[in-house]
Amino acid sequence: MADDTDIGEGSGKFPATRHSAVLAAQSPNLIERERGLSILVAAYWKPIYKYLRIRYREGNEEAKDLTQGFFALALEKEFFSAYDSQKGSFRTYLRTCLDRFVANQKKAALRQKRSPGAPVVPLDFEVAEGELARSEPAADRTMEQYFHDEFVRSLFALSVETLREECALRGKDLPFRIFERYELDRDPDERLTYERLAEELHIPVTQVTNFLAFARREFRRIVLEKLREITTNDREFRDEARSLLGVSE
Amino acid sequence: MRWLSDETVRHLKRVAEWPDLGETKYRPLEELGRGGMSTVYLAEDTVLGRRVALKVVSTAAARPEIVERMRSEARVIARLEHPGIVPVHDAGMLPDGRVFYAMKRVDGKRLDELSRKMSLPERLRVFQRICEAVAFAHAHGVVHRDLKPENVMIGPFGEVLVMDWGVAKVLAEGAGESFVSPTPEPSSCSTAAGTIIGTLAYMAPEQAEGSNGQVGTAADIYALGAVLHFLLTGRPPFDAGAAERRARGEARLAPVAPRRIDPEVPRPLEAIVLRAMAAEPSQRYATASEVAAEAARFLDGERVLAHREGLFERAGRHFSRYRTPILVVFAYLVARTILFFFARG
Repeated sequence: MADDTDIGEGSGKFPATRHSAVLAAQSPNLIERERGLSILVAAYWKPIYKYLRIRYREGNEEAKDLTQGFFALALEKEFFSAYDSQKGSFRTYLRTCLDRFVANQKKAALRQKRSPGAPVVPLDFEVAEGELARSEPAADRTMEQYFHDEFVRSLFALSVETLREECALRGKDLPFRIFERYELDRDPDERLTYERLAEELHIPVTQVTNFLAFARREFRRIVLEKLREITTNDREFRDEARSLLGVSE
Repeated sequence: MRWLSDETVRHLKRVAEWPDLGETKYRPLEELGRGGMSTVYLAEDTVLGRRVALKVVSTAAARPEIVERMRSEARVIARLEHPGIVPVHDAGMLPDGRVFYAMKRVDGKRLDELSRKMSLPERLRVFQRICEAVAFAHAHGVVHRDLKPENVMIGPFGEVLVMDWGVAKVLAEGAGESFVSPTPEPSSCSTAAGTIIGTLAYMAPEQAEGSNGQVGTAADIYALGAVLHFLLTGRPPFDAGAAERRARGEARLAPVAPRRIDPEVPRPLEAIVLRAMAAEPSQRYATASEVAAEAARFLDGERVLAHREGLFERAGRHFSRYRTPILVVFAYLVARTILFFFARG
């Protein structure tokens, strides 16, 4: 079919595919590898840190060292270069690498392995620790599911942050405020309507719906863009998008 | 960077699915419902100033075959202009490639939710309307293939609408036949040979066996019998265990007779159910109109053709049907008899 559904594509309205951060992390060029890795770190460091804390019951300091050590070693040893998208998602590969890394590190002295330049991006472990305290993994979730859940949380949080920044840059603070109030800060028991929000903000209802539509559209675009960045090809991107946006009832 | 609770993450998944209708005349208002393949939104048609239901394929299901199914579903419904079939107003594609179609917003309840509150005659009248809509579809070469109470909506003014034509099959119009839906889902899946489409608890044996080439209007007749079974007993003809057995090769498993579940079910209605749900397609009613006519006969106190009634049953039916004139004649005769003896005395 000529016009098969393409998530985030189709009419060319969405920006062109960005160069995959996973492919960049596999590059023989150190600068390119660092660029790719910094994107991957931003998306994955929290899921990795929390995974280490929960699965391996590592202490706060040990988990920090392991997280930083993992990315530092990834940069140094280029172990993302062995990733083959035909064999599964990058997320699964990453977790396997992490498990292997932890097993190796338990035998070796971790701190000596750390590069002087690590981490690639500043990691706020205090924040991650605080989040961990607020949300215990559900008893019925496997560690694989937990890692996925934390990855989704991290990706969405990054996307919300990007949306906020982009809105601020474009002078669209009000659409972001509306998005924040309606989609993020809403109490589940609160019956917030467009009309009520319009009253709160002293603007017409149509403006609320238009701004909200704009912010939702932008949020979707950013999420898919980020997802595309951390996948290697169209197929993996689509699979990940389906897995990410498939809402379990 | 802000922390997002589990609830917010779940909500944001929905937000990320929110359709971008910026280049269309529709403005999405709220999510009405979500299925395995698509989400239905309440939207405003800004040109005509009316509210419509907008069915949008889900990102999670956005495979080419699902997109084609949605398109075909829209086309199938569009050709079925009948008061019992929800009309499609428009169809299109979102900028991100997802397909949608706009249909009449039905502000009603599903039959499975409402039927318990309805009297038997009310349920039968709804059933007749379902049969009429299905008969209309059959006359236009369309087999629904997933008839069940969950796919019937009752509007606020008693309108009966047969919904969800997503797995409908268009019978030959010239050479061969075309299928509307080739999509794997828990309840319905690909039309490739040997795979099952529809909902097992209401599905004809030939459909449950995956013999898609043999699935014709008789499969809908079977499902109509199953719907009537539900309307009489309050439960599907096959429970989860039996449906599972049917999926595992016992497709011809007979349904539990309605009177075994509820002895109060009138025998003629049970007979309609059992004839419609005959394992052999040739043993079933030939058309949905015949099923509707049988229900009408029962409501009118006439003899149901599928039921061989005994003498007492026939007498009882005649009494029920002609109760008033019989009682008048009886009262007259009693009065005459009393007067006769009074005059003699």
